This record gives sequence, structure tokens and C-alpha cells, in this order.
Amino acid sequence: MSKPEINLTINGHERSAAVEPRVSLLDFLREDMALSGTHTGCEHGVCGACSILLDGVPIRACLMLAVQADGCHVTTVEGLCNDDGGPGVLQDAFVEAHGMQCGYCTPGMLISAQALLAENDDPTLEQIKDAIGGNLCRCTGYVQIIESIQLAAARLREARS
Amino acid sequence: MKPAKFDYVRAESIDQIVDALDKGDGEAIVLAGGQTLMPMLAMRLARPATVIDINNVTDLSGIGIVGDELVIMACTRQAEALASPLVREHAPLLAEAIALVGHQQTRNRGTVGGSLSHADPASEIPLAALALDASVSLRSVAGTRRVQLADYFLGPMMTARADNEVLVSVHFPIMSGGAGSAFHEVSERRGDFAVVAAAAIIEVDGAGICTAAALAIGGADATPRRIAALEDKLQGAKLDGALIRSVLPEIALAVAPGDDQHAGAAYRLRVATNLAERALLEAFDGARA
Repeated sequence: MSKPEINLTINGHERSAAVEPRVSLLDFLREDMALSGTHTGCEHGVCGACSILLDGVPIRACLMLAVQADGCHVTTVEGLCNDDGGPGVLQDAFVEAHGMQCGYCTPGMLISAQALLAENDDPTLEQIKDAIGGNLCRCTGYVQIIESIQLAAARLREARS
Repeated sequence: MKPAKFDYVRAESIDQIVDALDKGDGEAIVLAGGQTLMPMLAMRLARPATVIDINNVTDLSGIGIVGDELVIMACTRQAEALASPLVREHAPLLAEAIALVGHQQTRNRGTVGGSLSHADPASEIPLAALALDASVSLRSVAGTRRVQLADYFLGPMMTARADNEVLVSVHFPIMSGGAGSAFHEVSERRGDFAVVAAAAIIEVDGAGICTAAALAIGGADATPRRIAALEDKLQGAKLDGALIRSVLPEIALAVAPGDDQHAGAAYRLRVATNLAERALLEAFDGARA
């Protein structure tokens, strides 16, 4: 079984690896790149726990082969930290507004919220619901997640003004 | 939940795709956006010997006007089609349908051609495309052929596309500027597959006489279905709400819904009729001479 060589940028770092074609981008990130922040949920595109940014837009990492990411820019939840390794604005807001219980869906929620706030730091409630519509949470009932995103948005607007 | 082994071919041109399909002898499969094929591989419902990745074929992506048709290349992302001013202007029914397909994460990868190739009887893009009288262009090593969607859907996840053909482009006749259209569905959650869906297009002249009508129903039969007898009764008639309601019984005569874990046949038929009424009335409301 041949293992094609791929080159990609992950959280700003250039990486190269040989990867078997049937390996999903999700398994590649977690097992070959040791980035276990991206969570493995359903592995068939339903739960959203594996959401990442591919060239800036949110996608499901379980629904893409690692070989297909050759030449792409990938951002995982680890890439949402500040440069000093501390929690970024969104992550901090999730902690403060208690936007998680078990934490399983959290990386996917953060990625979806990041994609939203990068385009629009003053989203309506409906826009927030739409942005996280593809991410399942079985603990919170979503209310605190939405409040966390609203808190992050308010802080981003404050920093901008 | 891991795919079986396969050979991976990254195609760079349409010629390479059809060559690889030809060599694959029925054991090769095309990977576009992966939003249905990847789960099928992971669950081993599909175990192809060869996966042909078409995402790097730049000729297969893009939206344009050619003559009197809106042409969407097969590997165009659903998100791109949804955001396209050309789609909104010339096939607003399609834009309305794509807004109901999945979520941002799936629309950013999922493709227009992939949805038509998969041909789920309840999915939105095939239904809107059928109502719009679209056709698909299929290519093999032997050449290219055009198939009307009316002749394309053969059954659940079954189409007229042969194993050695790749869907290259989708062709939509440009909608008349005065036409009204509407798309309505019932799904368990927003972004899920529709249980039942209805797509309608209505055109009227200055006297309020219907000059063109289309009604397509999804999720109520083995394939999305046009309701020709209902369309015939609307064509040439002076439209109003009562007349539209009077032709709805034609739906029950034209579709044969099944029972499954999502809904029973009687419920599907009732929902189909209600959604059709809503879509036809809204399309009529949006139509202007």
C-alpha cells in the first residue's frame, strides 16, 4: 500500500508526512500530528465534534481524507490559543460563561463560533444558532454556549473600538 | 468505522477521471465533496477498489451562463452556489433549496454534482433541479451525453449514470424574470434530510392566466417526482387560491409513498399535499406578468 507524501500548514506550522489514503484528516490530526483537541465523535458527519477550519472555512475533518489536505491550511482548536499558549478570546469566554459541561462538543463549537466571529463580530441570535446548527451538544441545551459566543463577540467589539 | 483499503487516484483533468473510471471496470468510485461517500466508506457500505478524487480538477468547478442556460460545474461547492448572484438571479428556487441542505460545515465541502449523483429521494438539490427542468452532462471515454433529469432518476440512489461515466455539469434553463417559485420541506431538525419536500414554479400572463407551472415532490416516492397531471390542470387556467387547492388531489394519484422509520405513507402524502399547497400559493404570489 503506497503512502503518498503530503505537505500542509497546521496552526501556522508547515508539516510533512506520508499517509495511507484511507486515513481521514481527523485521524491524521489526532494520531499522526498528536493534535487530540479535535474530537472524534460519530465519524460519519453528523455530530460536528471534529470541526476544523480548512483554508479558513469550517468543515468536518471526518469527511475528508488526509491526502486531500495536501497544500491546505488547517486550523484546529489548538490554533485558537493566544500566541503565549493561553486561552484565546473565545476559549476564555466559554470558560467564563460556562459554555460546556462534559466538553466533548466544545472543540467543534469553538471552531464554528470562530468561523462566525471572524466574519461578523456582532451576530444576531439566529446567526449564532445557524453557525452552531451542525454541532450537537447533549449536555447544555445550548443556552450557555450561545451566551459564551455572545460574550466573546462583545469582547471582540470592545477590542476593536 | 474506518474505510477498507483502496487505491487513491488524484485526478487533475476530466480525461484522467474517465480513464480511471474505464480502467476501474465498475470497481472505481468518484470522490467529490465526500459528504455522503465518506460515511459510506467509513461504514463499509461502499468498498471500492479505487477512489478517484476529483477535487483538484479546476475545470469541474464554477458557475456561468452559457446561451440560455445557467451552468454549474459538478464539483462546485454548495456554499459557492448558495452565495452566487447568478444562481439567485437565474435559478432562485435552487438557492432556496441549497439553504436547507445540511450545515455550513457540510455545504463548504458538499458539491452540487455530488448531491445529484447520490440521488437520495428526499434531498433538496435533485428536487429543485427536477422542478427547474435541469439536465446533466455525463462523460465517459466514449464521449459526452446530456440527460434530462426527468429521465435520470431511476430509484433511491439509482440514476441513469453508468459506472464508467462522471457527472460533469448541471444545466438549468434560465428562469423567466416574472416567474414565482417556492421550496418548502418538513425535516426533523434544521439541516436534516427532508422527510417530504415540495418545489413549485408558476408563471402568469397579464390576465392572470397560468402560462407555465411546475410542481415536484420529494420524499414521497422512490425518486423525486414531477406531478404532470397537476401541472396540466394549472396551465392555461385563471389562477386563484381555490383553483390551486382544487388540483391538489392529483398528487395522491401520482406518488406512491413508503413507510419507514421517519414517517408512514399516509403521513407523507398528507404532508406532501400541504407543502405543495404552500409552495404553489407562494410561487403564484411571487409571479408577475
